[in-house]
Amino acid sequence: MAEHIEQHDFDSVTTNDDMKSNSYKSGQDALNFEANGKSFGLVEHAHPWRYEQDGLTVTRGSAWSGPGCHDGCGVLMYSDADGHLVKVEGDPENPYNQGRLCVRCIAVPEAITNPSRLRYPMKRERADRGKDKWQRISWDEAYDLIYQNFQRFKEESGAESVLFCQGTGRDIAQYITRLMYSFGSPHYVLNISGMSCYAPRVTACFATTGSFWLGDYSQEFADRYDNPEWHRPERIVVWGNNPLVSNSDGLYGHWVVDCMRLGSELIVVDPKCTWLASRARQFLQIRPGTDGALALGMINVIIAEDLWDHDFVDKWCYGFDELKEAVSAYTPEAVAEITWLEADEIVQAARDLAQAESAILQWGVAIDMTKETIPASQALLALFEITGNIEKPGAMIAPPTLLYYGGGWGGEWLPEGQDQKRCGYDKYPLVGQAFIMSQTDEMISQLETDQPYRLRGAWIETTNFLACTSPDPERELAAYNNLEFIACVDLFMTPTIMALGDVVLPALMYPERDGLRVGDGAQRGETINKAIETETEGRSDMQICLELGRRFNPEAWPWNDVQEMFDDILKPSGFDFKSMREVAPAYIPFEYHKHEKGMLRLDGKPGFNTPTGRLELWSSFLSNLGLNPLPEFFEPSPGPKSTPELFKDYPLILTTGARPWGYFHSEHRQFPHLRALHPEPVMEMNQHTADKYGVSDGEWAWVENDRGKCKRIVKVNQGVMDGVVSADHAWWHPEGSPDNLYDLWDLAVGNLLAFDPGKAGFGCTYKSTLCRVRPLEKEDN
Amino acid sequence: MSAKGLLIDYQWCTGCHSCEVACQMEHGLPPDQHGIVVNQVGPWQLPDGSWQFDNIPSPTRQCDLCAARTAKAELPTCVHHCQAKCMRYGDLEELAANLATSPHQVLFSL
Ligand code: SF4
Ligand code: SF4
Ligand code: SF4
Repeated sequence: MAEHIEQHDFDSVTTNDDMKSNSYKSGQDALNFEANGKSFGLVEHAHPWRYEQDGLTVTRGSAWSGPGCHDGCGVLMYSDADGHLVKVEGDPENPYNQGRLCVRCIAVPEAITNPSRLRYPMKRERADRGKDKWQRISWDEAYDLIYQNFQRFKEESGAESVLFCQGTGRDIAQYITRLMYSFGSPHYVLNISGMSCYAPRVTACFATTGSFWLGDYSQEFADRYDNPEWHRPERIVVWGNNPLVSNSDGLYGHWVVDCMRLGSELIVVDPKCTWLASRARQFLQIRPGTDGALALGMINVIIAEDLWDHDFVDKWCYGFDELKEAVSAYTPEAVAEITWLEADEIVQAARDLAQAESAILQWGVAIDMTKETIPASQALLALFEITGNIEKPGAMIAPPTLLYYGGGWGGEWLPEGQDQKRCGYDKYPLVGQAFIMSQTDEMISQLETDQPYRLRGAWIETTNFLACTSPDPERELAAYNNLEFIACVDLFMTPTIMALGDVVLPALMYPERDGLRVGDGAQRGETINKAIETETEGRSDMQICLELGRRFNPEAWPWNDVQEMFDDILKPSGFDFKSMREVAPAYIPFEYHKHEKGMLRLDGKPGFNTPTGRLELWSSFLSNLGLNPLPEFFEPSPGPKSTPELFKDYPLILTTGARPWGYFHSEHRQFPHLRALHPEPVMEMNQHTADKYGVSDGEWAWVENDRGKCKRIVKVNQGVMDGVVSADHAWWHPEGSPDNLYDLWDLAVGNLLAFDPGKAGFGCTYKSTLCRVRPLEKEDN
Repeated sequence: MSAKGLLIDYQWCTGCHSCEVACQMEHGLPPDQHGIVVNQVGPWQLPDGSWQFDNIPSPTRQCDLCAARTAKAELPTCVHHCQAKCMRYGDLEELAANLATSPHQVLFSL
């Protein structure tokens, strides 16, 4: 353990906050690392990255996929003389999590030793997909099979006949994209309808402002909350997410609590009273899917009451008059009607936000999962732009970049003309051309129809989409089954691999391998450090991609081992793997007001990286693509107002995907201490809704609609809006039978959803559709 | 040595369960046994429109105040990992003095 803890006088009262302040000598000492002319902010380490303590070896590192989440918290991994991982603790020296961990990393030792892990490569006949008829094979045989099949497809049908699928990707995404590009395929595949996770927000931000925007929780500074330039946000608008649990997009959710303790106050917009909502200054309990309307209504109030930031808008925004016109119909009364809020709640929230010194838009997938997500994202963003909450402390900031990851890594290897073969390239240019991904819904149609050309193979790494993101697993399974050969990489057997894989390769968990933790949210230089040797035959995802990549395209993979590869990736930062490992985390120099200093545009002029050089409330980019340049609201569909007939039969609103503490999407169900926290899938509703439909707390029930049904345990939660059902996503029973795909068909909430994106090819209905609930009958059990 | 305890400021406890699981892992407890358990109260709405929603962690008889850790001048693992930084370990007397500083705290003598 770090020296500063030993320095503690344990006769006095101690919290982990005291522990934190002791490790932040760095704030004053301004430790720096000079690389490529940049000076990186560092923290002082009491030990090297690996040291001995009390008979154990301690390896300092970062936690990224998997099992884990998107965050990459600083960890200390303790291993014994036999090489067993004894425990994982939060690293108090790491400013990111400051010693804290969520339950998932605390429980990692029982993940490592989990008996159900994939332990060696396996193959299966295509005719046996869905059956537990796997045969153990060697790595060489597995690579041969993958190479021979994919290479044959490439020769006969072009490299575009092979899909490359990732899930959340985390630190593995970049190797998958390089494998894909260097193979020659343009199919960067997410398997989520309307690309509705993060991508829509990022795209809307880039399209209208030339940058992405993060809430400023001081994460850019090594000395965090003590940094003199930083001020805590006066207001944090937690809009459709529960960051304490989800920890998404590089945000450590409990920073919100840290800021509250420093005086930040919240506005929470959610259909459910979360813990944050209970502590908010204002809680707007909103009808799912109507967030865009609320934002337009707040803009309407702010303009009508002349509360907008005139100076900022005059200098830096484009299209204010058009925006004013676009929101004119969204009076508080009209918006109250749409959102099921009270008109004066909307007015109050608008005034409160506009008058705050600084405010963060803490948004999440609820906006991505709005069917017309792009115009909704524009509306939310515009609200923070006209109130001047851009590029100042405690507001929204453009994160500096250590390494450029846009579109993945290795794009230069994609042969000319291949990009146009992406699914949906012409139909949805914002996805295929701007966001350079294959559009999922179009890909599914292509798998079914072979139009415009036949797809033949898939590489599935870091994703269990049938159990998780699929909005119609039956359809997706049938579509994927048309593929002639499918190779998968994972830590565990999953319903997706059991249903579809022809070859499966076992991967490693983060304490078993090296890696880089740079991207996602605010970039910082960190390494993932191997603490123990694996007891499986598994290889790291990076090693797998390198070894296979070398077979397909040796020129694109010139490295002898992963460390050489990491060194090369890190080169632009001035670090190599070992130097970064020693000093990590390394903080990139950061400044506020970058738009005033010419730091956001490629030409170095002041302003933003858009055609007009301003934040575009009226977007040139979207207009050029034939999309509405202005924000707009569309009724969620299906929904009470858009499909009133359907609403008669299915009178409840279904929202899905709220995160429980112990799980990251479909991960972690195998680990006993995490499973105990949330043993079975639940759907939450209030007592009134439960009574009305005859279902009882703690009992299994069906949630169903015209598309299908799934089972959930009813959990009465008085915080859920009346008439709304909030159902868990991503469930399967790892302990169940492979023959029925681990109870997938009973448990998949995707059974009730559809491949149904918004106009731009982004957005979906995961967060708002219609349903009803009824008790399980005897024969259902 | 004076008696020790845990002070929990449940105004800030988010119910994240890190204290629970950290304690289980440290002490090798099975999933159905706890050195500390988080009890959730709420949410329900009060007549004035505000919400009752508290998480109140309670140490059990299996809590040994992380004797092995504190003997090495390390924090109890629950305190170390508490995501809301709302747990304190220390002398009962000093902790008790803190009780008066803000409402919604609870002190455990262990
Ligand atoms: S938030 Fe939790 S799962 Fe994610 S890296 Fe941190 S401790 Fe691990
Ligand atoms: S002090 Fe130690 S033993 Fe007691 S509850 Fe906390 S972690 Fe468990
Ligand atoms: S770790 Fe802290 S915030 Fe989390 S449940 Fe325990 S006391 Fe509450």
